[in-house]
Amino acid sequence: MRSHSVITGLGPVCAIANTPNAFWEALRSDAFGISPIDSFDVSGFRTQIAGQVRDVNIRDFVPKSYRKATKVMARDTELAVIAAKVAAEDAGLKTRGSEDDDEGFTINPARTGCQIGAGLIAAETEELSRAVATAQDSDGNFSLRSWGTVGEGEAGMNNLPPLWLLKYLPNMLACHVTIIHGLEGPSNTVMGAEASALLSIGESARVIERGSADMCFTGGAESRINQLGLIRWDYAGRLAHAHRDANPQDICKPFHPESQGGLLGEGGGMLVIERAEHAANRGARAYAKITGFAAAQTPRPYIPATESMREHDEIDRGLAASITNALRDAGRAPEDLDAVFCLGLGQLVLDQMELGALRHSLGDSADSIPIVSIAHRTGNTMAAHAGLLTACASLCIQNGEVPPNIVVRSGDQPHRQPNIVLVCTPSLGGQAAAMILEKP
Amino acid sequence: MSQTQTAHRVVITGMGWVTPLGCDIDDAWGRLMQVQSAVGPVTRFDASTCSTNFAAEVKDFDLREHLGERAAAHRDAGISTQFALAATKAAWTMAGMDQTPPDLSRVGIYLGAGEGVLDYEPYMAANIAGYDTESRSLDSVAWAKTALAGMRPDREVEQEPQLTSTHISYELGTMGPTLNCMTACAASTQAIGEAFEIIRRGDADAMIAGGCHSMIHPLGMTGFMRLTAMSTRRDDPQTASRPFDKTRDGFVMGEGAGIVILESLDSAKKRGANILCEVVGFGSTADAYRITDIHPDGKGGAGAMSAALRQAGIDPSATDESGRPLVHYISAHGTGTQENDKTESAGVRSVFGELAPKVPFSSIKSMMGHLIQAAGAVELMTCIQAIRTGIIPPTGNLNEVDPVCGLDHVPGEPRDENHRGGVDVCLSNSFGFGGQNDTICIRKFHD
Repeated sequence: MRSHSVITGLGPVCAIANTPNAFWEALRSDAFGISPIDSFDVSGFRTQIAGQVRDVNIRDFVPKSYRKATKVMARDTELAVIAAKVAAEDAGLKTRGSEDDDEGFTINPARTGCQIGAGLIAAETEELSRAVATAQDSDGNFSLRSWGTVGEGEAGMNNLPPLWLLKYLPNMLACHVTIIHGLEGPSNTVMGAEASALLSIGESARVIERGSADMCFTGGAESRINQLGLIRWDYAGRLAHAHRDANPQDICKPFHPESQGGLLGEGGGMLVIERAEHAANRGARAYAKITGFAAAQTPRPYIPATESMREHDEIDRGLAASITNALRDAGRAPEDLDAVFCLGLGQLVLDQMELGALRHSLGDSADSIPIVSIAHRTGNTMAAHAGLLTACASLCIQNGEVPPNIVVRSGDQPHRQPNIVLVCTPSLGGQAAAMILEKP
Repeated sequence: MSQTQTAHRVVITGMGWVTPLGCDIDDAWGRLMQVQSAVGPVTRFDASTCSTNFAAEVKDFDLREHLGERAAAHRDAGISTQFALAATKAAWTMAGMDQTPPDLSRVGIYLGAGEGVLDYEPYMAANIAGYDTESRSLDSVAWAKTALAGMRPDREVEQEPQLTSTHISYELGTMGPTLNCMTACAASTQAIGEAFEIIRRGDADAMIAGGCHSMIHPLGMTGFMRLTAMSTRRDDPQTASRPFDKTRDGFVMGEGAGIVILESLDSAKKRGANILCEVVGFGSTADAYRITDIHPDGKGGAGAMSAALRQAGIDPSATDESGRPLVHYISAHGTGTQENDKTESAGVRSVFGELAPKVPFSSIKSMMGHLIQAAGAVELMTCIQAIRTGIIPPTGNLNEVDPVCGLDHVPGEPRDENHRGGVDVCLSNSFGFGGQNDTICIRKFHD
């Protein structure tokens, strides 16, 4: 028998909620998480609003003995650590990250893996600029000679802390999570922009299926709400230019012809998944069963998200292929699906290519069943996004309903109870993934 | 569907690399056989006041020599992506994929490509303009103004590491599962391992796998200098990288790309491809110990080696009739830092027990430097070369073996194993900062 994984813990940390219960309540309400960026003066940037995570302090999510190490965590890592802790608690696990005692852990370290999707982590701008400002030539340009520490060097680089690099390696999300919770099984850091978390969850399910682990912490986390992140995502054509006073609900409308573009968010979308028998043996609640997964690629050059992209592809071919292959992997047909949870950034060209892929792979079902996006409510949380989307789909399956407020295309048929759903996403670089979730 | 019954055998049918010792397989291998060092002064930027002012750079690289006119389609790509494109082209050609094309919807990519090289001049300009030295704080408005004026959209977005596979997919038209991982120095080994599993399961017929990276830029070098992880032997750079030596003082930065074509045995046979070796095992573990230190027992590395051997069905405590261990070569992670070489050797001891000193265990980083995320793929390719030629690459600059390492590090010159049947089974280790450990086991192809 093929070993299916079930989702037993949810760690949704984003602009609208920081726990599974609050996330579900927020999804059912009309809560919008987009607000003016307040972590730095954003008035010089073309996009000034985003979905920011609030009311969490990393120190509350690590054991006391680990608090010192939070100083070398970038925001992305903090979000991963927080979301992993929320997911572990939701799964009813006791790990060495739960508290400071060292008894009664419910996981087997060597049999527990960790796959976390991540993005490039920007160096903290103030910290770097303070150091760089010490190394200028007479014209006020950066001087490599002053930067160095030998001979005529003025040791500008020594203004950076010794562990500076370790704060910004993308694998630090998984490293801190594995260290905190004691996870010694297979571990990976997958980077595929918006597809990162779904590619990670799929890999975790495969790791469990092939017998290399019984359980995995999986998903993704990222924050691009910083100077460099805003510029790069603006440059990629994926951000609406929006003043801080703009009404976010007028700006980002997934699959709507009047949408003005996408918005950034930040978050951690972590899950605990485990072999179905493993979950049953420990009496864990299963939200959903992962019955199918596939990844695929659209072979086109990287182009900013503009009309010129459509000249290469009318539809996102990678997304279409991944959906078709995921359905086949699950032994399901498009008609079996009750709902689709997709990216829906609110950027017109991307939305059209995404919808085109849904129609290509699902046929009439794409226009008859509800399509869900949360990007207009949380912002595009990048590497976290598909983790949050999977948590959303899991909660819908468990509660037997798809809240009307998150349905961005209603479909022309009466809504059914969501027992079999598709979670899928395209991404910046053409990497796409799709997963079929079913009621356990 | 039962995993064990349907798992596909996976072989390697092509490989290509761009390394500091050359871009041609035979040329660079020849230089390794001559124990040449690729290390010299940094030429990419003015590193004269850096405590480490040397590196192993890829010299005279021009993508047009590899892709011809097609190079223009990738002109915006960063240098590490260009390395990967050239290596892919060589591997694809060696595998005969252009002669007997596969079904491209069944060909995927799994890379451990690093972030693209920082376009540091406009970035530094923004950082200087944005720092208000009087108030000693960041002026984000000034930062944004300079950044928006100076930063180029293509160069910024091209730093996203997954775009390397986007370029490769565009170049070849592949549509299968495509992923990129960044597990620091373990990345390309992990990528090849996971690509192997994707084919084993039947989710693709072939995978382009490996990695690329260049951190030879001011901030990349800065990060490692601040960590004091690199050798500071400024007076004699060519001997700076000296894994397992008692006097080792850190690694030497390299750059490059290594790409292999993994293929199901069925697909390779159907295409009539030349098979270079079989991939038989992959192990991946996390130390879960500290972000700055390796577990002193080397248990994470040992776990990865054990898992790879278990999957390969090879008993590390067994020998052949002549008393030779079944594993004929281990390509060490062997960075030349005090900690890595010591703990990695401890890991080999714990896996192989009494046989450990009889297993050749060398590090080509002594000659090529540390290609960071590309290292694992390039080193796996030296294992393939060992299988093909029967010769094991040496550890260069190894004058006095540190007793805490103290295994058979193949010092000073390559070892010809053809008198005893050549080289059959090899392991390739790669370990990353933060405790990521990956090992791949390959063996000579026996039908």
